[in-house]
Amino acid sequence: MKKKQLIKKATPYLFISPWVIGFLLFTAGPLLLSLIMSFFNWPIIGDSSFIGMGNYVEMFTQDSQFWKSMVLTLKYAAIFVPLNLGIALFLAMLITQPIRGVKVFRTIFYLPAVVSGVAISILWKWILNGDYGILNYLLSLIGIEGPKWLVDPAWALFAVILASAFGVGTMMLIFYTDIKNIPIELYEAASLDGASPARQFFSITLPIITPTILFNVITSMVSAFQQLTLVMLLTGGGPLKSTYFYGMFVYDNAFKHRRLGYASANAWIMFIIILLLTSLVFKSSSAWVYYGTEVKTAKGGKKK
Amino acid sequence: MKMSKKTKTVLYILLGIMTLYFLAPFIYMFFSTFKTEAEAVAYPPRFFPEKWLWTNYVDAWRSQEFGTFLWNSIIVTVCTTAGQIIACSLTAYGFARYQFKGKNVIFIILLSTMMIPWDVTMIPQYMEFQMLNWINTLKPLIIPALFGSAYYVFLMRQFLMGVPKDFEEAARIDGANAFQIYYKIFLPILKPQLILVGVLNMLTVWNDYLGPLIFLQDRSKFTLALGLASFKGVHNTQIIPMLCITVVMIIPPILVFIFAQKYIVEGTSGAIK
Repeated sequence: MKKKQLIKKATPYLFISPWVIGFLLFTAGPLLLSLIMSFFNWPIIGDSSFIGMGNYVEMFTQDSQFWKSMVLTLKYAAIFVPLNLGIALFLAMLITQPIRGVKVFRTIFYLPAVVSGVAISILWKWILNGDYGILNYLLSLIGIEGPKWLVDPAWALFAVILASAFGVGTMMLIFYTDIKNIPIELYEAASLDGASPARQFFSITLPIITPTILFNVITSMVSAFQQLTLVMLLTGGGPLKSTYFYGMFVYDNAFKHRRLGYASANAWIMFIIILLLTSLVFKSSSAWVYYGTEVKTAKGGKKK
Repeated sequence: MKMSKKTKTVLYILLGIMTLYFLAPFIYMFFSTFKTEAEAVAYPPRFFPEKWLWTNYVDAWRSQEFGTFLWNSIIVTVCTTAGQIIACSLTAYGFARYQFKGKNVIFIILLSTMMIPWDVTMIPQYMEFQMLNWINTLKPLIIPALFGSAYYVFLMRQFLMGVPKDFEEAARIDGANAFQIYYKIFLPILKPQLILVGVLNMLTVWNDYLGPLIFLQDRSKFTLALGLASFKGVHNTQIIPMLCITVVMIIPPILVFIFAQKYIVEGTSGAIK
């Protein structure tokens, strides 16, 4: 009898054990180790030595690249997040219109999001080529002389942004499903009251989807900070380190300069900044996110 | 709601412009894979090839061990997908259908792991795998996935939370044990989410570049993504083979997406609720 009780008690823990074991081995363990390493001078080969806050001090006071990469990444995030949010919302509004063939467009807009970053960077590198790229050719047709996108430090960041906006489909889909769930009666009532489509968007759609906007702001912010694949392959961080993002700074410190302790300290600073920014966004959300419980219930009722 | 003809025209024009941005690069690339090397870098560029060189694909494929890369990609994708589906559904079932001590704390930890940037764990993970002698094998890419990922657990748990409370009671009275209830009753209900997680994982793993880049060294171990990315180092000036392999590489994800589109759209809707 006792044994049976024990089994019963252990059952839920057995079910969640796969994730818990994986978490301990591949997340919690490494997380702790990384924190410890950040206080060490830790080369890939050879002995490591404890240096206290040394890595952090060096980063903030001696390494000018740290500040440059940090500012650059913040700048990238400051453009990338609102731009992607805007495009995603715009696309979502387009594909929720009651016209024929929108489903095909939904598929098309989502397609680049399922394609590898490697493929995207090869594709854009070729399109953006300053000598024979088709983008500059198209621009020349309307009388604009395109810049040497990937070679000109003034334009490289813009090229990265252009290529990264290509993967906006995931965010679009999240907006799309949210907008689709808004009860149509709300719009009909507004129409009867003579509200224009623009008015309907700002008074109905936008407030209802603010929780989703919050979600998208946070996820895109986190991904902007970790952007690595695209810059690595598209620009290699150049020209003249004009796209040397923070993610690349960390990667190079670890695997090129082989300073694992220093790179761990870099990564922890990134983690802290992400946490700070996220909590800041969360804090601000009480001012602009609208949790309309009445609407939510109506939505749930309609679906079933 | 009725729309005027003018509004409709404007909408289609907007849809057309956006399609140009999202689709035209792929189509242009596809046509270009049949061009000669000289045509690919000619200025002004031409949309269609002068002669359709189908053999470009064969040449590109033979220029390196892409067969090996493809095989490695398939192994990693299949193993991780199977592992994720099993591990995540078990974990999600535990969280969604049981009450136990520490459940809320563990679940909050699970959610917060999604915020940890990969940069923080990649270095110690590298050392861990080095200690285990896993570097330059496919193990670092496969084994962690066999324990599930927080996001997928979350997706499945959300879904299972919606199943009525007394659902498993009947089975329990019939004498089924906990695992049988999971296996015979809940796995079938969970099917759309299993497909969703399977597809999301397939896409992520197939496309992954950084994992293979850090953990693999010999070309014989490369995945397709890494093989394609390292292409330019070998043939610096050749564009056509690179575009050919790019096309080959993006076809499977696109096909998978088109077949599973329904699950992705519905799954997205379920996750944000």
